[in-house]
Amino acid sequence: MSLSLQNGGAPTRALPSVTTVHATSGGNQRTTRPITTGTSVLGIKYKGGVMLAADTLVSYGSLAKYKNARRLVTVNSRTLIGASGEYSDLQSISDLLVSNALEDRCTADSLYDEDNNEECAGEVWSYLRAVMYQRRNKMNPLWNDVVVAGFRQEPDGTTTDTPFLGVVDKIGTAYEDDVLATGFGAYIALPLMREKYRPDMEEGEARALLEDCLRILFYRDCRALNRVQIAKVTKEGGALVSEPYELDTYWDFKGYVTNKGEIGTDGGW
Amino acid sequence: MMFSQPMMSHQLTADADAYAGKSAETRHLKPGELSTGTTIMAVSFDGGVVLCADSRVSTGSYVANRASDKIAQLHDHIWCCRSGSAADTQALTDYVRHFLAQLAVETGRLPEVKVAAHLMRRLCYQNKDNLMAGVIVGGWDPVCGGTVYNIPVGGACIPMPFALGGSGSTFIYGLVDAEYRENMTKDEALALVRKAVSHAMARDGSSGGIIRTVVATEEGNVRDYVSGNALPYGPAGW
Repeated sequence: MSLSLQNGGAPTRALPSVTTVHATSGGNQRTTRPITTGTSVLGIKYKGGVMLAADTLVSYGSLAKYKNARRLVTVNSRTLIGASGEYSDLQSISDLLVSNALEDRCTADSLYDEDNNEECAGEVWSYLRAVMYQRRNKMNPLWNDVVVAGFRQEPDGTTTDTPFLGVVDKIGTAYEDDVLATGFGAYIALPLMREKYRPDMEEGEARALLEDCLRILFYRDCRALNRVQIAKVTKEGGALVSEPYELDTYWDFKGYVTNKGEIGTDGGW
Repeated sequence: MMFSQPMMSHQLTADADAYAGKSAETRHLKPGELSTGTTIMAVSFDGGVVLCADSRVSTGSYVANRASDKIAQLHDHIWCCRSGSAADTQALTDYVRHFLAQLAVETGRLPEVKVAAHLMRRLCYQNKDNLMAGVIVGGWDPVCGGTVYNIPVGGACIPMPFALGGSGSTFIYGLVDAEYRENMTKDEALALVRKAVSHAMARDGSSGGIIRTVVATEEGNVRDYVSGNALPYGPAGW
């Protein structure tokens, strides 16, 4: 990746490289299926910012292999991403975006914040869409659904008060909305989030809603865990990611506790 | 689209399945079929048997039932833990219950666990092409006391002092090998099965929920369960 003294850095950013090409064998490697995977990421706008939520599990097929993995990442002081799907590709995307942000800071006209040269969330989202679509055209996708959160920016570079929330999938489809969810969350959490969403939700309400959705996902998704992280972007505080914590679960419904295996019952369910 | 490397046919199938959304774990299931992903375990002690199971029933990655009961009663003092296809094991249980009940009436005695296990095995073996069922039969009878039989997929029948089964069992062979001792008491056996199944549930995506236990002795059966938020080793773990 080349450094440039121009404002904004190099005109073309380097793309994540394809995994090793063996010139001698004449073969290219390509991603055929994800190996280490993360499950749902949820995102919701609220009064004052945007909140993302994800659990900290990365599975290896059905094995719950890494239980403290971080799937929510701050890419610069005002943009958050979260991704489901192949974890190595998430790390690759994260490295790329973070190094882009570093380059932006180093090549800015001023090292002070008033001239914030960092990309806003919308720019990161658009850039990611280009990256994902290019990889898809080479039949070697980054196997992720990436959620991008932050604030909108005016053309002159000032940050507005309008939150931004968008998603890019592995084939480069880019979509913006007030509530988003990837993976299983799209089936189970999104209807609940859409029901409860209001543009003027307080932070506490938004967080409670996301926690509830993560709990239900833990009940109903085989690849979910009850250790979770919440992240938010606000105008004053920038992008923050919480430490992981465990959610409580409830199992004491009468129908659950009752035994059903005895002779004379219908057996087993 | 040209592939530079020649692909083996099984790899092409795997890719096709992956693109079609079917994973390695669910390929054997028919569309919509339920699988008890499962961790099941049984340990015999002096005087009876402890059986233990998780409660998750999954179709692919979706949890169809998070609190199911996988320990089925075959007779007064004989129980079985079910793993594999939910439909297949429920059908097998129904057949074995029927035959055991008939046998008990004809002989006027409590059936032996050995007989129940061999009945189950007969059905699993003769129909092996059409079944996906791994079962552990355990119980108490007046002849042999507490005994456990492991009947894996395929229909072998192996008597053992303790038995593990289901997809989650692979994660706890080491733990159980290290912690099992002969001639444990009932409480020690209960503690071991709960601990082992918790650990399996913490690592196997197809196991989870609550832990159900049955203690089968001459006196009768004691049912218990451990709630999903009070497990000896929580799913989040480290």
